[in-house]
Amino acid sequence: MLAAGGRRPIGWGVTGFLLLLALLGPLLVLGKFQTLLLAYVWAFAIAIVGLNLLTGFTGQISLGNSAFMAIGGYVTALLVTRQGWSPLATIPVAAGLATVGGILLGIPALKLRGLYLGLATFALAISSPTLIRHFDTLTGGSQGIYISGAGKDPFGLVESGQLTAEQWLYYLGLVILVLFFLFTRSLLRSDVGRALRSIRDGETVAVANGVSLTYYKTLAFAISALFAGVGGSLDAMATSYVGPDSFDVTIALALFVGAAIGGLGTQWGPIPGALFVVYSPIYAQQIFKGRPDIVYGVLLILIMYVMPQGAVGGFYRLLGLRGRLRRQVVAVPELAVASPLGPAAVGAEDAPREAP
Amino acid sequence: MLGANGAGKTTTLRAISGMVKTGGSIRFGGRSIAGIAPEEVARRGISHVPEGRGTLAQMSLLENLQMGSCLRRDRAGIKRDLERVYEYFPWMPQRLAQPAALLSGGEQQMLALARALLMRPRLLLLDEPSLGLAPTVVQAIFRIVQKINEEEKVTILLVEQNARSALRAASRAYVLEVGRIAVSGTGEELARNEAVRRSYLGY
Amino acid sequence: MATELLLAASVQGVVQQIVFGIATGGLYASLALALVLIYQAMETLNFAQGEMATFTTFIAWSLLTYLHLPFWLVFPVTIVLAFLFGVLIERVVIRPVEHAPVLTLVLITLGLFAIFNGLSGLIWGYVVRPFPSPFPTTPIFIAGVGLSYQDLGLIGVSAVVLVLIWLFFSRTRLGLMMRSAALYPQMSRLLGVRVGWMLALGWGLSAAVGAVSGMMVAPITVLDPGLMQSVLLYAFTAAVLGGIDSPIGAVAGGVTVGVLLALVGTYVPHAEDLRLVFGFLVIIGVLVLRPGGLFGRAHVERV
Repeated sequence: MLAAGGRRPIGWGVTGFLLLLALLGPLLVLGKFQTLLLAYVWAFAIAIVGLNLLTGFTGQISLGNSAFMAIGGYVTALLVTRQGWSPLATIPVAAGLATVGGILLGIPALKLRGLYLGLATFALAISSPTLIRHFDTLTGGSQGIYISGAGKDPFGLVESGQLTAEQWLYYLGLVILVLFFLFTRSLLRSDVGRALRSIRDGETVAVANGVSLTYYKTLAFAISALFAGVGGSLDAMATSYVGPDSFDVTIALALFVGAAIGGLGTQWGPIPGALFVVYSPIYAQQIFKGRPDIVYGVLLILIMYVMPQGAVGGFYRLLGLRGRLRRQVVAVPELAVASPLGPAAVGAEDAPREAP
Repeated sequence: MLGANGAGKTTTLRAISGMVKTGGSIRFGGRSIAGIAPEEVARRGISHVPEGRGTLAQMSLLENLQMGSCLRRDRAGIKRDLERVYEYFPWMPQRLAQPAALLSGGEQQMLALARALLMRPRLLLLDEPSLGLAPTVVQAIFRIVQKINEEEKVTILLVEQNARSALRAASRAYVLEVGRIAVSGTGEELARNEAVRRSYLGY
Repeated sequence: MATELLLAASVQGVVQQIVFGIATGGLYASLALALVLIYQAMETLNFAQGEMATFTTFIAWSLLTYLHLPFWLVFPVTIVLAFLFGVLIERVVIRPVEHAPVLTLVLITLGLFAIFNGLSGLIWGYVVRPFPSPFPTTPIFIAGVGLSYQDLGLIGVSAVVLVLIWLFFSRTRLGLMMRSAALYPQMSRLLGVRVGWMLALGWGLSAAVGAVSGMMVAPITVLDPGLMQSVLLYAFTAAVLGGIDSPIGAVAGGVTVGVLLALVGTYVPHAEDLRLVFGFLVIIGVLVLRPGGLFGRAHVERV
C-alpha cells in the first residue's frame, strides 16, 4: 500500500511501466486467447478488490460473493438478450442490483462474526445456484442464457473491425479495474478506511471510538457486492454465457483464494491473486484435467501453512518493510497470527472451555 | 518449594511436567525429560496437579477418577486403588455421579489428589493445594498429603505459600528467589532458622 | 389450490412424509454429529465433511462395481477405510497447524473441500450413476400407512450409528479420554492423554460416520461429485439449529430439519427446489436470533 507519508515500494515509475505494458499488450503482442484470458483476469480482479475490502480491510469473512457475481452476470445476460441493451449499459444496472443484494446480506451479517459469518455466506454460495435454477422462466433454468453480441461495444469499434471483441473486453475490464482500484485506494486513505480497519482490528474498541458498526459493515458489504456484480457482468460478457453453476461454490472459493494469495489487506494483492486464479487451472490442466477446485484447494492450504500474509505480503517482507507490513496486513487478526512456525502457546490454561 | 509470588515455583513445576519450554537440563530417574511433551512426561510417572486443580468440571466425579487411571490396563489393580482412594476420601462413593464443578474447593482438591494417585505416579507435583481453602480444610489436605507420601511411597514436590504447614511435612525444602534456589535444607532446619523464616517465609 | 392442499394433506400422506423426514433427518443428523464431534475438539467446522463422505461413497461404489463385493461387505469395509482416511487427513494436513487460530483451520478445511470435490470429479468423472440400495423396494403397511423399507432401513441404520457413537463416548475408556481431550486438552495431557492422537481419532470417527451417511444417501439420489453438497448444507443447518457444540442437538436438529424439509417440500407449492435456500435461511435465522441453537451454549467472544 502506498501509505501517506511513507516510502513507496511500488513507485510511480514501475506502475506507469506496468500500465503501459497492459495498454499496449493486446495490440502488439497478445493473441486473441491470451487477451480474452486477461479480460477474465480483470473481471476477477475487480471482484477480488471488493472481497479484499470486505475481508482484508474490514475483517468480515465472506465466502458468498459468488452470489453477487451471479446477480451481475445474469442482469447483463437478461438485458442484452431479452431487452437488446448494449452490454456496456448493463454494467451500472448489474452494479446496482448486486449492491442491493450486498446490503440485504449485510443486515443479518451484522450480528455474525468469524466462523459463523463464514458458515452463513458459505451456505449462500451453495444455495444460490438452486435459487437461480428455480426461477427458470426468468433465468433460463439449468440451461442458462447464451449471450450473443456480448462483446459488442457501443462505439461500433468491434463491428467496424478496429478492435476485436476480446480486445474491447480487455480494455473495458482494465479501465474499470483501474477506476475501481483508485476509488478503493482513496477510500482506504480516508476516514472511512480508518473506520473499516478499526472494525477489523477489534470491534469493541471501534465501537468505543464511536465507529458505527451498522453503517460501515453494511457499506463494506455493499461495496464488495457492487464490485462482484461488475466482475460478474464482465465475466458473462467474456464467456457469452451464464448458467446456474457459472458462479458456484468453486468461484466463491476462487475469489477467496485470489484475495488470500495476493495478501488480504494489501492494496495490490488482488492483481496477482486474480492472475493466479485464472491461470493456475490452465497450467494445471495437464495434471488435473482442468479441475480448478484441486488447484484452489491446494493453494489455499499452502497459503495458510506458509504465508498467512499471502504473496504480496511476502514481497513486502523481502523488501524489508516489516513495519508497514504489520500495520497493514493484520487483515483478519487471527490470520496474521496463523503461522504454524511460531511458538505454540504451550501452557495456556483450559479455562475458557470449562463450565462456570 | 517455597518462595514469594513470581519467584518461579509454578514455572518450575510446569517445566518439569513439560508444559513450558525450557533451556538447560531436567533429569528424572536418571533419564533426561527436557523437551518431552507433557503427556509423555506423565507416562514416565510424573503426575502434576496444577494450580487451580485442573478439575474436569463438566465431567462427573467418577469420570474424573477414571481419567486418572485412563492409561492403565490392570483392571484389578485399578479397582484396588479405587478402594484405597475411597479409604482416604470416604465421602466420594456417594457422590460419584455428581458433576465435578459442583464440588467445594476442598473436595475438588481431594479429587485432584485422588485422581493423581490413581496414576500410580513415582513423583507427584502439587501446586499450591491450599490455595483458596479454609484453614481446617488445609489441615486435612496436608495430613492426606503426608499420608500419601508415607503410605503410598510417592515422592512429592510441593509448592506452597503456606510455609509453616508445608515445612512441617517436608523432608527437604527449597526457597526460590527470582528463579534461583536461595536456601535449601531439611524442613526442620528451615523452620528453625529465624533469619530464613523472617526474610523468606514471612514469619 | 386450497383443495389440492387438503387432498394432499391426508393423515396417511402426512405420516408418510414425516417418516420420510425422519429417515432423511437421520442422515443429516449423522453428518451433523460428525461436524459437532470435530467442533467440540477443535472449535472449527470441517467444511470438507461432505466431500470426504462423497469420496468414500465413490470408493464404495468402486468396490461394488469392480470387485463385485456384496453391499453388506462393502459397507463395513468402507467405514473402516473412511476411518483411516480421516485419521490420515488429520495427521497430515491438520496436525502441522493444530494450534492455529480457528479461521485458519476453517480455511484449510475449505481447501480440503475444494480438493476432494475436484478429486472425485477427476477420478470418477461427472457421469451420473445409480447406487444400489441394500433395502428392498417393496412397501410395508403399518396401520394402513404405506412405508418403504428404504425409509425404515435408513432410520434403523442412523439409529444404530448414533447409539454406537453414544455408547462409545459415554461407556468406553477411549471415549472418555477423547471427551476429556476435547474439553480440557491441557489437563488431559497432564494425565497422559495423547491429545493429538485423540484429535486424529475424532477425525477418523467423523469420516466413518460421514461414510455411512454417504452410502445411505446415494441410493435415494444419484451418485455424482455433488452428492453430499446439499446434505452438508442441511447438516450445517441441523448442527446450528441444535447447537453447534451439542451432540444431542445435532440429532434433534437433524430430525427436525429432515421432517421440516419433507413437509415443506411436499405441501408448500413449488418449494421443492427451494429447500436449500430454506436451509440457508434457517442457518442465518438461528445464528442471528439464537446463536446457541436449541441445546448448545452461545459462543462467548472474548475481547
